[in-house]
Amino acid sequence: MIAWTIYITFAGAFGVLFMPRFFARWIALATALAGFATSLLAFFNAHDARTFATIVRVPWVPALGMEYHLAADGISLTLALVTGLTAVSAVLFSWDVEHRPNEFFFWLLLVIGGSYGVFLSADLFLLFVFYELVIVPKYFLIAIWGSTNKEYGAMKLTLYSFLGGALVFLAIVAAYVTAGSLDLHQLSQYKFPPQFQSWAFPVMFLGFAILAGIWPLHTWAPTGHVAAPTAGSMLLAGIVMKLGAYAALRVSMNLFPDGFQMWSKWIAVLGVIGIVYAAAVALRQSDLKFVIGYSSVSHMGFVLLGLATANVLGVGGAVLQMFSHGVIAALLFAVAGRMIYRRTHTRDLDALSEMGLGHALPFAAFSFVVASAASMGIPGFSGFAAEITILLGAWKAYPLAVLVTGAGMVLVAAFTLRALKKTFFGERYRGGHIQQGRAPVDSDWNEQTNITAQITVAEKLGASLLIFATLAVGLYPKLLLDRILPAVEAMRFLKP
Amino acid sequence: MNYLELLKLASPEVAVVVTALAVLALGLASARGAGICSAVAAAGILFAAAAVLLLPEQATLFHGMLVIAPLTSLFKIICLVLAFFTVILARGDNTPRHRGEYLALLLLATIGLMLLVGSEELLMIFIGLELTGLSLYVMAGFDKTDPRSAEAGLKYFLFGSTASAFTLFGLSLVYGMCGTTGLAAIGQKLTAGPVQPLLAAGMVMTLVGFAFKIAAAPFHLWAPDTYQGAPIPSAAFIASGSKVASFVVLGKIVLVGFGPAHGSAAWHAMIAGWAPVLAALAALSIVIGNLVALAQSNVRRLLAYSAVAHAGYTLLGLIAGGREGFAATLFYTTIYAFTLVGAFSVVALVRRETGGDDFKNFSALWSRSPLLSGCMAIFILSLAGLPPLAGFFGKFYLFSVAMRAGTNHGLLWLVALALLGSFISLYYYIAVLKAIFVDDPETGTLNPEPLSSINLDFLQRMSLIVLAVGILFLGLMPTILVARIVASLP
Repeated sequence: MIAWTIYITFAGAFGVLFMPRFFARWIALATALAGFATSLLAFFNAHDARTFATIVRVPWVPALGMEYHLAADGISLTLALVTGLTAVSAVLFSWDVEHRPNEFFFWLLLVIGGSYGVFLSADLFLLFVFYELVIVPKYFLIAIWGSTNKEYGAMKLTLYSFLGGALVFLAIVAAYVTAGSLDLHQLSQYKFPPQFQSWAFPVMFLGFAILAGIWPLHTWAPTGHVAAPTAGSMLLAGIVMKLGAYAALRVSMNLFPDGFQMWSKWIAVLGVIGIVYAAAVALRQSDLKFVIGYSSVSHMGFVLLGLATANVLGVGGAVLQMFSHGVIAALLFAVAGRMIYRRTHTRDLDALSEMGLGHALPFAAFSFVVASAASMGIPGFSGFAAEITILLGAWKAYPLAVLVTGAGMVLVAAFTLRALKKTFFGERYRGGHIQQGRAPVDSDWNEQTNITAQITVAEKLGASLLIFATLAVGLYPKLLLDRILPAVEAMRFLKP
Repeated sequence: MNYLELLKLASPEVAVVVTALAVLALGLASARGAGICSAVAAAGILFAAAAVLLLPEQATLFHGMLVIAPLTSLFKIICLVLAFFTVILARGDNTPRHRGEYLALLLLATIGLMLLVGSEELLMIFIGLELTGLSLYVMAGFDKTDPRSAEAGLKYFLFGSTASAFTLFGLSLVYGMCGTTGLAAIGQKLTAGPVQPLLAAGMVMTLVGFAFKIAAAPFHLWAPDTYQGAPIPSAAFIASGSKVASFVVLGKIVLVGFGPAHGSAAWHAMIAGWAPVLAALAALSIVIGNLVALAQSNVRRLLAYSAVAHAGYTLLGLIAGGREGFAATLFYTTIYAFTLVGAFSVVALVRRETGGDDFKNFSALWSRSPLLSGCMAIFILSLAGLPPLAGFFGKFYLFSVAMRAGTNHGLLWLVALALLGSFISLYYYIAVLKAIFVDDPETGTLNPEPLSSINLDFLQRMSLIVLAVGILFLGLMPTILVARIVASLP
């Protein structure tokens, strides 16, 4: 059943392209909702989260052993769920796209469909097809509908993604000719020579990790997130970065356990550097979206640290963090890009602090407080559940890393609070009338700023959905962990 | 052997010859018969393709001078289809003068390609090369009103004739060593083991000629000027048909004729033979083609340098060798040829509307013709090797075959280089798409008045749609062509 997420989304994408522009957003919403409903149903109906169970299996190119082979276990279902969730809210937050809407939703749905495909593929070639399919839509989403230095950001992001793709391509081809198969089930049984794993693993892992924002190849992420339109940032941070992390886990770690063992401590080192470094950089940013962009890199550092622990808790926590960060980052970008930027036309923290947005946009302030709390890891939100699980796992493997990460979490709290305070509770705001147009406004806007415009129903729905998700998982993480942990236990790279 | 049987087995070639003569006569008879000429040429090509289908499964004439096998039939059809699309492309070209002669030359070049594809004998191969070459030289310089076209023709001719001289000399050395001109017989005469100096000289000289034909660096210098200056249908046919046939023949020569002198191009384990020569050509082509393409601002020149890079990728299959490697090369070059014909069709229409083919002529094309832009996006992304288009599968096929060759991933260096090259190439391919989809209509356009939409007639529309859908379809269902090619290889 979960396979229908892919078909529905691609059908919707082509439907949008050929429909009159009035219907575009409705079709996109219907498609995203159908995909979300399907993933939700599949998630709750899954009986066996442990095995990577085949859903569809059809020969594709028999001469080369390629198959159209989809499968799902607890990890795939969790990530398909966050894809559906983010997709629906991304469409709701792009309700105001008037410029070439058909194309916009076409590219948006291609990203979503490709992401579903990656999470459900059980054939290495198929997985890579979906993985690469996502690259070009991202370019167009950013370059056409983006803001602030959009062409630079789009090209940088595309080239980084494709560089990662080229590394992965090399390792996939090498694995394919060595093992003679592309089937992930067979490959995960195959014993690759350790000498082969020692070079194939880092090549493939690095290729995937570029998309997950690994330090020092993370710089595409803040630039790309800032340049992207709101829905683009939501999808990039919410889903696309997870594609890299998921594929690193599902393919590179599970196929090359010996190589993983050789390199795991370096992954942990890079992960921890990413957490601390990105948090420190975020502390110095003046653009709200850059703050959130670097916070994404910092949070993805937790995912890498969790993966590097090679134990059930750490890896399970990493998957939970993928879900949690998907929701939180989407919410943060939605508030910053849609609720604030579309009204104030500036994202400069100092300028925002003079506007008294806390009074003007109470709902935006509420959403941002929730997202910030979740992002800082306040108990009761999903971020806490995920990060504490990762740190528990890391304590067994790398106690030193936990100490450094603790310092990093202080920095995370610091920059989040700084952004929150400056954005909504600026001290320079003296009350009274709302000052319009005084702030430095981006030059590419030709309309008047209008920060009193009401938060629309679409925005409220989208934000509520994400807030509900982070609260639900934060209060009852067992819901996801029950499906994630058995699937992680079935992986073969775990340390005994 | 009687003439009737010869005529029957050579019926496709005969059909094309008759069509060429008919088109020539029609063109001379009526000055305004351009439309009729195109229709007759297209009909003749379709008739020849049908004749290929009626040929027997296997036949050999005159000790391999004319060979009929599943492989030759398949590629004769592919060459004919490419010629068909070129005829449609020439129909819309605004050089109506001497249409009959132009189409007759195109058909003569097609016969050359069919002879190239359908022969396993050095003399016949050389005749095919010359017939194709001479027709294409004239086609490249056909637009007498444009000095660039003259430059294209002259450059192509000078490079081409020199390369032919090398090839002929190389072939004569090979003949001198083996005493035969049949490829299979040469393969039997040559023995595995150290390559003798004379044979090495003969092989290298032969390969020089083919490196020119496929535009592999460092024998690519004609390509940018010819692609940019020649009339667009000529450039399209040089880039597609000529290239496909050259790869088929090159594959036959190195794999069948020079088979025992394979050598090895593996890292740290190079053994003299043709494989290291081709590997050097491939590596150089990938690096030079991709790096120089980055600096281009003209779409046709960009396609020329990307063609150099693609020649490098395609050689990987031949270097890997064997049935698999040849199949990968054939698949890739076929896909590439159709993609390029499509891309050139779009360029031709844009040139007709805007008077040029620089990036700025393409800016905001999406607002003028969504169909053209969509098709161009498919062609360009297939060249860049992005899924789900055919170019992606072709690259995967080529690289996996190359990786499998030799022991212990000996060609890993070449595959890594090719992947680096395709990473670089994404930048300039995206730059074309950026001009089409991202740039505003206001900036960079030549004429200030609001842009009109571009009108396409039915045939232009159909041929673009067929090509674009074909590229997409072969990316989703590559097995249709792969299985056919693999089955046709002995």
